[in-house]
Amino acid sequence: MIRVLVTPDDFEAGAEGRALAEEGAGAVASFIGIVRGGDGLSAMTLEHYPGMTEAALTKMAQEAAARWSLIAVTLIHRIGCLTPGSQIVFVGTSAPHRQDALSATAYLIDRLKTDAPFWKQEQFNDGRTHWVDARESDDAAAARWG
Amino acid sequence: MAQCTLLYFAWIREAIGVDSEVFDVPATISTPAELAAHLGQRSTGYARAFADMSRVRCAIDQAVHALDTPFGAPQEIAFFPPVTGG
Repeated sequence: MIRVLVTPDDFEAGAEGRALAEEGAGAVASFIGIVRGGDGLSAMTLEHYPGMTEAALTKMAQEAAARWSLIAVTLIHRIGCLTPGSQIVFVGTSAPHRQDALSATAYLIDRLKTDAPFWKQEQFNDGRTHWVDARESDDAAAARWG
Repeated sequence: MAQCTLLYFAWIREAIGVDSEVFDVPATISTPAELAAHLGQRSTGYARAFADMSRVRCAIDQAVHALDTPFGAPQEIAFFPPVTGG
């Protein structure tokens, strides 16, 4: 089963992980992305492309399911204003065997960076704002999956 | 002339000053790159948004395409910076 959610609301990773443990699952792998603080960062605002975002996330989940033997995939991406330490993204997969779950999770993390229409703006304590630039290292990480 | 909704995101939206608009695409324009060049002549905001097309990506009817992809009669064209999700 594929579950995709784009929401301003926080998520409960434990509940999401348990929900992935459907019949036949022998392994659940998950990743939680956190808003990294430091350097005077006060908040990060996430903008997205409504409609396209959900379709893009569903497509990458389907591609992961076609590539590995999976039971379920959950992708949750938060939008709006998030403070340092906030959960920003949840990627979880379940599979009969651990390697499929671990590989699919790593794949989905890399694809999220390059193929989902989200943009991050950083706000700093001194009032500055800055749109986060895409990184070539993220492109390289996504490209390694072919 | 074909009516099309244009969407702008992130700093491109900020430079242009609106997040969407309905635009009559002239028949002489057949790619997002040509459309951006045309829009860039409208104001300094548009010009700033499309000054460096290496920093601009686009979607035609919610599918990402290269800027030189010919389009027919799309309903929606979006311009945005390289994505930074995750």
